[in-house]
Amino acid sequence: MNKPIRRVSIFCLVLILALMLRTNWVQGVQADSWASNPNNKRQLFDRYTHPRGNIIAGGQPVTKSDFVNGVRYKYKRSWIDGPMWAPVTGYSSQVFGSNGLENLEDGILSGTDDRLFFRNTLDMLTGEQKKGGDVVTTINAKAQKAAFDAMGNKKGAVVALDPKTGAILALVSTPSYDPSTISGSEDGDAWKALNADPNKPMDNRALKYTYPPGSTFKLVTATAAFENGMFQNIDDTTQTPDPYVLPGTKTELKNESPQEQCENATLKSAMDQSCNTVYAKIGADLGKDKMRAQAEKFGFDSTIDTPVRAEKSIFPNSASLDGTAQDSIGQHDTRATPLQMAMVSAAIANNGSLMQPYLIDSERSASLTTISKHTEKQFSQAMSPATAQKMQDMMVSVVENGTGKNARIPGLQVGGKTGTAQHGENNASLPFAWFTSWAKTSDGQSVAVAVVVEDGSDNRDGISGGRLAAPIAKAVMQAALGK
Amino acid sequence: MSPQGAPNRRNTELALLVFAVLLPVLAYANVGLAMDSALPSGMLGYGLGMGSLALVAHLLVRRYAPYADPLMLPLAALLNGLGVVMIWRLDKAGKLLSGNFPAAANQLMWSALGVALFIGVMVFLKDHRVLQRYTYISMVVALVLLAAPAFFPARAEDFGAKIWIRIGGFSIQPGEFAKIVLTVFFAGYLMVKRDALALASRRFMGLYLPRGRDLGPIVVIWLLSLLILIFENDLGTSFLFFGLFVVMLYVATERTSWILFGLLMSVGGATAVTMTASHVKTRIDAWLDPMAAFAPKPPKGSTEQIGQSLMALGSGGVTGSGLGQGRSWLINFAAKSDFILGSFGEELGLAGLMAIFLLYALLIQRGLRTAIAARDPFGKLFAVGLASAMALQVFVVAGGVTGLIPLTGMTMPFLAQGGSSVVANWALIAVLLKISDSARRPGAEPAPATEGQRGPAR
Repeated sequence: MNKPIRRVSIFCLVLILALMLRTNWVQGVQADSWASNPNNKRQLFDRYTHPRGNIIAGGQPVTKSDFVNGVRYKYKRSWIDGPMWAPVTGYSSQVFGSNGLENLEDGILSGTDDRLFFRNTLDMLTGEQKKGGDVVTTINAKAQKAAFDAMGNKKGAVVALDPKTGAILALVSTPSYDPSTISGSEDGDAWKALNADPNKPMDNRALKYTYPPGSTFKLVTATAAFENGMFQNIDDTTQTPDPYVLPGTKTELKNESPQEQCENATLKSAMDQSCNTVYAKIGADLGKDKMRAQAEKFGFDSTIDTPVRAEKSIFPNSASLDGTAQDSIGQHDTRATPLQMAMVSAAIANNGSLMQPYLIDSERSASLTTISKHTEKQFSQAMSPATAQKMQDMMVSVVENGTGKNARIPGLQVGGKTGTAQHGENNASLPFAWFTSWAKTSDGQSVAVAVVVEDGSDNRDGISGGRLAAPIAKAVMQAALGK
Repeated sequence: MSPQGAPNRRNTELALLVFAVLLPVLAYANVGLAMDSALPSGMLGYGLGMGSLALVAHLLVRRYAPYADPLMLPLAALLNGLGVVMIWRLDKAGKLLSGNFPAAANQLMWSALGVALFIGVMVFLKDHRVLQRYTYISMVVALVLLAAPAFFPARAEDFGAKIWIRIGGFSIQPGEFAKIVLTVFFAGYLMVKRDALALASRRFMGLYLPRGRDLGPIVVIWLLSLLILIFENDLGTSFLFFGLFVVMLYVATERTSWILFGLLMSVGGATAVTMTASHVKTRIDAWLDPMAAFAPKPPKGSTEQIGQSLMALGSGGVTGSGLGQGRSWLINFAAKSDFILGSFGEELGLAGLMAIFLLYALLIQRGLRTAIAARDPFGKLFAVGLASAMALQVFVVAGGVTGLIPLTGMTMPFLAQGGSSVVANWALIAVLLKISDSARRPGAEPAPATEGQRGPAR
């Protein structure tokens, strides 16, 4: 019977060998795909077994990693001034995932990024506790605080940019929320409440909402007029009737108030008073394609990743000329994010060169070694320097003589443009108050800001944007330039 | 092999045992350091407990089976010890396991009971050939053991399988004991019938077809295994018994055609059952798509376990997360029984699992070696049956956990939590040691031929 026993013994070895091969396949070849399978909760638990790196603004961390020593999770994310920083950082929850920088920079923050491999291996060998790296943002903490405080309990958003580099200096969205309240594993009620809140506090209005830009869009229209040679000078008079009958229709476009002297007004005067008739006619005269081309140079119709992705701003492909006329004064179907309008001001302030907006200055390991550093990049040459100069003059005039007087700052050169955007069916809803501006110091520092306040209660162009939004922009510009 | 002058190797066994006890003690310390940053308080007690169990077993082997194989006892002790450590480690993740209850102390107690039975076999079973007197009694006992669970109500948490006998708070899994008892019957029956089965057959299309009266028992056993499968939803046990019978029949008759019959019958049976029993189909579906259970709308009766087990193995990778540092509790309620191998795979990695498979391979091969060395056909058949039963069980469990074959739900011998399993497997090792003792004993006369036996084996 020994021969069959030997065969049985080979058979038994084959069984074990099959197990070994299979295990090698699962644990050797397939290991990574099983380990990173979305259903594998280990990744989630791993994320909180060691301190998460921080998000830094103005040299100070705005996040923390608290040792809570839970059964599943050892650490929990928390925020310093959560509501103020939430639009910048996003949230990171043990249960509800993450968004914003917390999500996009998770590799660095959780320490799993390949670029941290060497450091991690070293730490493992020396017995150091693993710790995530830091993400250093471009945010100017003072500007952020000024913007957040100035918004108060108004609904809306503020974006501030450094026109020279594209660095985002402030990013505020209100009403906001404290991400700390939903970062733990037992925060289901807070999560539900936040999601059910009709004011949508978790939405990032600065990047994710598009609003009709209203009169602030006249900056784009004026730029297009100069760039296409329609006018040479800001004091050139326009041939504009008041009221202006929209081309191809019998609809009369009026200005906000009969006091405005818009008939045949100069470009500068029309900008000061925010004449709808003048800029609607310019838009219609230039036509859809030229207007679109200029808008696209400012960043409309592009996806902007800061790296947090901003919603696309739209200059519509309008079917008719009367539509284009209305689009050209920021009504009808034109949509812009607050970031987009800040980019318009920034391009004008930076002599026509639009820099790619960015939120992350550098990434660094837990031991403060820099892993990556942002290099500035031009998004486009939005206009010639000569045009930029004319646009700057017009914007300064708006602040000095026009609807933007509330943004004047002693000792600084300030240019701005107000806007009050009608929206809703038959403009039934309360308008949005806009202000987009820039400020420069004598030694060449500059900042560009866009502010939008939803439900600006005053229904008059110029006044509303100027009254509600301009003071906020002023506060942010002062803080950013240290005045 | 010449048994004359074979060294008894008892000191080798003792040295290996020291290692087999020390290793789990170190693993125990490892878990404590990883989970509490301190040496576990029970370490000394655990070490002394396992050590004295091993020592007592060893001393009795010295006294009652001095020529026994020196490897099997240390291998069993090592696997048992590692199992207790892992169960203790999973106990410590207690709060995270639904329906978790501390089981390490229980497992230690059952191990002690297992060693007690081991000692009982050592002391009272003078000669394994005595067992062949109980061939038909064994058959009856095995049938009773196997059939019994069908009369006890199934519980929801047993996941469809009815393989337990429960009396009060006490439960046993008779399949584990039936494994040994049935092997006694198979060995006894085949020893008597092997010539009839091998020779008295008609040739048909190149195959030797046996006569009906000789074929009868295999058909009965085959149907029985299918009945178990259908009524108790226990795929593992039926596969084990059927495979066991085919292997033993093949060894007894030395006819390859039996394997072919066996395969054909098992394929036919499996197909029929797959088509009729939804439980089996569920298992096969879960095997083909282990991640289906994670879908937003998981299929009815699906379980996350295989997917969880594969993710545990994958997360462990080559080197593992380290004892006490994995998250094996994600596998949930079967973590300590069916799926303990998943826990080992995660925490000890591919390297650890390879080592564990090698331990089993070694144990099984020592059993088969015993079969080759045994001098009487009953002993040969008995040993080959016990060893291949263990091989089949390891394959079925580990194959299920690693996704090689559909999951059938048995326990990893020695490693997994389960009183019946540990006790039965200690008895199994004791019997194998007894057979190897008689095989290696120098100068012993072959046993007097009993009825139907044709003298010493070739």
